Amino acid sequence: MIEGLLLRTALVPIIACAGILLGLLYRGLDRVLVARMQSRVGPPVTQPFRDVKKLLLKENIVPRDAVGWIFNSVPVIALSVTVLILLYLPFIGMEPVLEGHGDLILVIYLLLIPSLALVLGGFSSGSTYATVGAQREMVTMMSYEFPLAVASVSIAWIISAANPGIAAFSLGAIAMNPAWAAVGPLGLLGLALLLLTMLAVMPGELGVAPFDVAEAETEIAGGVLVEYSGRNLAMFYLADAVKAVVLGTIVIALFLPWGIAGSLGITGMAAVAADAIFYLVKLFIVIFVGSIFIRAAIARFRITQVVKAYWGYATFVSLLGLLLISLDMLSRLL
Amino acid sequence: MKSRDFSRSLWVFHLNTGSCNGCDIEILAALTPRYDVERFGMKLVGSPRHADVLLVTGPVTRDMEDKLKRVYAQTPDPKVVMVVGNCGNTGDVFYESYNLAGPADRLIPVDVYVPGCPPRPEAVIYGVVKAWKLLEEGKRR
Repeated sequence: MIEGLLLRTALVPIIACAGILLGLLYRGLDRVLVARMQSRVGPPVTQPFRDVKKLLLKENIVPRDAVGWIFNSVPVIALSVTVLILLYLPFIGMEPVLEGHGDLILVIYLLLIPSLALVLGGFSSGSTYATVGAQREMVTMMSYEFPLAVASVSIAWIISAANPGIAAFSLGAIAMNPAWAAVGPLGLLGLALLLLTMLAVMPGELGVAPFDVAEAETEIAGGVLVEYSGRNLAMFYLADAVKAVVLGTIVIALFLPWGIAGSLGITGMAAVAADAIFYLVKLFIVIFVGSIFIRAAIARFRITQVVKAYWGYATFVSLLGLLLISLDMLSRLL
Repeated sequence: MKSRDFSRSLWVFHLNTGSCNGCDIEILAALTPRYDVERFGMKLVGSPRHADVLLVTGPVTRDMEDKLKRVYAQTPDPKVVMVVGNCGNTGDVFYESYNLAGPADRLIPVDVYVPGCPPRPEAVIYGVVKAWKLLEEGKRR
């Protein structure tokens, strides 16, 4: 047990650093690919690393009207909680570092905290633009929460029905038992709809176009982040980057948990390496569809359209998916 | 002090102090696929708090005097100020007009001047590169 504890403790900084590196790399790829889609050359992939390094050198201004202790503490909270979520997620067939200490429900709640930190930071910075941005961030947050919850609960339901007695909300268990194998044709369709919902929720969670109403540089001058500079801004930037990895990994754990090593017949260290590469490929595909492509393809929605898109369409699609899955379950009982 | 920390990561805040939009359109042209300054890591930001370069266009009308000074104070150090266009450099045709408080360098310290009415995007990019060198060499005022 002590050995396990030591190993887990040793894994924490590795996962944290890997998360931050991957997040920044994703940011770089995001900027390059969006530039290419707009027929520009775009910055090098290492651009986010340069940006963060520069931001850390800049002056850190706390406005006179701001509530200093909140203003300065929320970037730390946002970054640390985002990294903390990584510890609850299963990677490449391994159990989460904090397996048994928290499950999918906890992860969904933890996902709220970086957004809440942004909201608090916005309200505490004493700027009108930031207040407007913070209100928009809150509204966005409330809008995407329901479809996200429906998708997660449906997966847990399928898994608990297929494997009685299993801890269905445990992300380790979810990743070990792919939901696709446990349902019939109707359920497959339902799962596909839920995957679609999750991918639609991703840009809202990440605050990228078309759901970047809270930051909206061209209307409210950077919104929630308007007063942030230097070190604090860098921390929010990092938190955002890591959040993309977190969300990508959640989608992978829920919907695409397969490894490649088993089907290729590789064993030992090579299997871990193959799975790791396969995981990176999956992560890239999920982030590409859920964030990069959608950002380049669609212009910003208005806040009313964001609410309509999530409370209306995304909720409808997710409930339809849940309905199909229930029909599938019923048809098996009969 | 010589550093390469600002190398290829300049965030620019654009402040219009009564310009006719000629210069502003040339600045936007620098972001288009033809010139694409994002290649060099330059980015237009929405808030002066995020900026390294304060890019001023226009001859600074009386209404904008106070705002220009405040935006300058809001930009975190180290920073450089760049004036684009004849109006911002000298006042141009509005020189000694009753409603001008400018040109910009009467109100805030200016590091890089880009003349032209309007300057071409190449000139704007060249100006930003000069600003970047000033930041690197720590020569800013």
